[in-house]
Amino acid sequence: MKEMMTLKGGWNVKYNYAVGPTGTRFFKALKGEAKIIAPKCPKCGLVMLPPRSFCERCFVPIDEWVEVGMEGTIQAFTVVPVKFESLPDPPYAIAYVLLDGAGTAMVNFVKNVDLSDLRKAAKKLAIGKRVRVVFEKKRKGTIHDFHYELLKP
Amino acid sequence: MQAAMAALDDAGMTMEDIEAVVYSMAPSEFLGVNEPDRWCVDAVGGRGRPFMRIHTGGATGISAAHAGFYHVASGLFDSVLVVGADKVRECRDSQQVLNTIWDPLFERQFGLTTITMAAFQAVRHMQIYGTREERMALVAVRSRGNALNNPVAHLKGRITVDDVMASPYLCWPIKKYDTCPSSAGGAAVVIVSEEKARKRCTRPAWIKACSEVANTVFLGDQMGGMAQMDFADSDILAMAAEEAYRQAGIRNPRREIQTAELYAPFTICELSMVEALGFCRKGESGRLNEEGFFSMDGGIAVNPSGGTLCANAIAITALARVCDGALQVMGKAPSGMQVRNVRHAVCTGEGGSFQFHAVMILGDDD
Ligand SMILES: [Zn+2]
Repeated sequence: MKEMMTLKGGWNVKYNYAVGPTGTRFFKALKGEAKIIAPKCPKCGLVMLPPRSFCERCFVPIDEWVEVGMEGTIQAFTVVPVKFESLPDPPYAIAYVLLDGAGTAMVNFVKNVDLSDLRKAAKKLAIGKRVRVVFEKKRKGTIHDFHYELLKP
Repeated sequence: MQAAMAALDDAGMTMEDIEAVVYSMAPSEFLGVNEPDRWCVDAVGGRGRPFMRIHTGGATGISAAHAGFYHVASGLFDSVLVVGADKVRECRDSQQVLNTIWDPLFERQFGLTTITMAAFQAVRHMQIYGTREERMALVAVRSRGNALNNPVAHLKGRITVDDVMASPYLCWPIKKYDTCPSSAGGAAVVIVSEEKARKRCTRPAWIKACSEVANTVFLGDQMGGMAQMDFADSDILAMAAEEAYRQAGIRNPRREIQTAELYAPFTICELSMVEALGFCRKGESGRLNEEGFFSMDGGIAVNPSGGTLCANAIAITALARVCDGALQVMGKAPSGMQVRNVRHAVCTGEGGSFQFHAVMILGDDD
């Protein structure tokens, strides 16, 4: 048979994800105080973003938190020019940024880059470029309460 | 069913000879049928037999082959069928599914996909080693050329670096031709005890090593700061390979391995992986590939089948690597795809956020 039939279908499943004590503490500081706080391993000193309740390297629980800097360095980035179902509308730039004082990099949008020319945008977003954290005025206690901007766009 | 029959035929066996079935099935969201291992029991001869599903993401096929090996190596079974199938092509929103690999609180919102993940690896490889987009493109050129000799490859043909460079960006610097297709397919291998293999097969492929290593899902832990490894390098694969070489007694992989079937769904992955496997030094793979070292007549023929870049039916892609590696050792690969004098073939699988790597080494009677 050359032409076989197809049937359209889909799953539409909803969840209530538990934010947990570690995430709740992080998002409350983000929303209430416009601060990015991170857990620090008592053994190896690793300051982890996104925050975690234990150090996976030392396999010990963590209860110490520190505040990290409002600037950081790009470690990896990309610009997405095409639309994928249920993903952000293109074009958008995202980067993993090592915030000053953190030991791991955290991803977010970089919003002050001209994305009309992909190659030019990629040059501006190079690894090693400095960015700052910009908070939204109305914060909701989600990861979208802040984004990154290039210090020199 | 077709894959199971083909493997049994090749082994000169029937379903009657099989004592247990290992089912190779990755995320069921691509198929759109929940618990597909329950759905497919009959089609793979699972009825009335011990039956288990293995799932380690993209590495599923190798992990399933490992499980098949462990069944036999334990002494509990003499002959096991490892089999699976996938229909990623039927999923209209595969990147939406892959986005759900990431943390829903902190990472998923930024449109992370396997393609952006490849972009992050590429930009770091470019930054650290000076790798250029054209050198990544050459991996696709060689793969599609090799796939011309593989009757079951999904994508194949003579393309040029310019064709790859002109294909549209999916996310910078990853272009469409740097990327694997969404494929449908099945695969199967029969794993039997040493005694049975010697009786039934003039030139069997012996399983010389099985190893797997896992890592954190958080990509940002592997770049700058207090990172213990760099996301540019497939260091987890290097750890798995080191263990596999120890098991197989391989001291100099570059000299003792003739061919490799790698689970590299993006061109950059292959460049990073051949370095991790010790085929060359870090940062050297792009140049060596250009010089033909990884071509069919080069030092190590990488992906004679065309590999994952030319067909990716996720649940069985890594099992296809094992099939193709075994065919190379047994001398049964299709003409043109067969590498000469294969003593050792390395097969790999990779799952999750490049966070899980599995290695199987197949060798001749030695
Ligand atoms: Zn620690």
